[in-house]
Amino acid sequence: MSDQAIVKKLKAKFSSEILDVVEFRGETTVTVKKEQIVDICTLMRDDLGFNLLCDLCGVDYMGRSPRFMVVYNLYNITTKKRIRIKAPVEEKNASIDTVSTVWGTANWHERECWDLMGIKFNNHPDLRRILMPADWEGHPLRKDYPVQGPDREPYQGRLS
Amino acid sequence: MGVGQPVEAKTLGSGFVTTSLDKLVNWSRASSMWPLTFGLACCAIEMMATGAARFDLDRMGILFRASPRQADVIIIAGTVTKKMVPVIKTVYEQMPEPKYVIAMGACASSGGIFDTYSTVQGVDEFLPVDVYIPGCPPRPEGLLYGLMKLQDKIRAERNTFGAAIGVGDVIQNKA
Repeated sequence: MSDQAIVKKLKAKFSSEILDVVEFRGETTVTVKKEQIVDICTLMRDDLGFNLLCDLCGVDYMGRSPRFMVVYNLYNITTKKRIRIKAPVEEKNASIDTVSTVWGTANWHERECWDLMGIKFNNHPDLRRILMPADWEGHPLRKDYPVQGPDREPYQGRLS
Repeated sequence: MGVGQPVEAKTLGSGFVTTSLDKLVNWSRASSMWPLTFGLACCAIEMMATGAARFDLDRMGILFRASPRQADVIIIAGTVTKKMVPVIKTVYEQMPEPKYVIAMGACASSGGIFDTYSTVQGVDEFLPVDVYIPGCPPRPEGLLYGLMKLQDKIRAERNTFGAAIGVGDVIQNKA
């Protein structure tokens, strides 16, 4: 099944959810609204055969609205097809439903995304920090997080 | 070899040696510095190379021990993240006295290139470091030189054994 056919199937069922479809250098990226992400992912897995979630990550587009984007990189082991799904998440009440019920591997990916980006995953079974110490405050991969940590003077060039 | 200087001693016939307690204790401590098998990053690879056949730490009586209970030296070989601090503290506290700390490489000495929120800017923020070894990572020769510097430091100690068994205090060397 070609990428166009996959997008067509997705559009047939979730036409109102799809915000954008981009194809660049043979890679197809579908941007969808976040509300029905679990249903969309279930369709991708069950009907379109994307049985592996390669990666789930967050992107911080600080200054833009909505600020965050959650990216799902999917892979179909049988047909060796890849597709990327993106869902924008606004800064205020930054949250999206968990897809750990669709792909088990999403459990830890979503914990990492929560830990470093501060995006909440609703209904997640175990949303704890995974990389930073358990008592850490803040989400260090956000663009407005000071790179040397909040308890130090910001970097001033070579003299600091 | 120049590795372990012989104890300055005069013999009185066979079977008798006279020397000072400090010299005997320091000689034995400097000749059997057992480091903990503990690596954190790429410096640990150089540390392993130093222990292996070509550089051969064993010839200096330096044998890696897998338990902190049996170790005299902890070589902090690599980047120390803030998440690792409680682990290193625990391991250090499990080591018996006397114990020594070597900060191997730029990361352990100062944070190195990792001037970030997650990295400790030098292991001396929470451990008493005896020897700092520069390099990223230091070559085995560098680590060997650092270990020999620690041996020099141990040999210069005065009355540390006496203080440990309740006879007087440690005599501080003037730097």
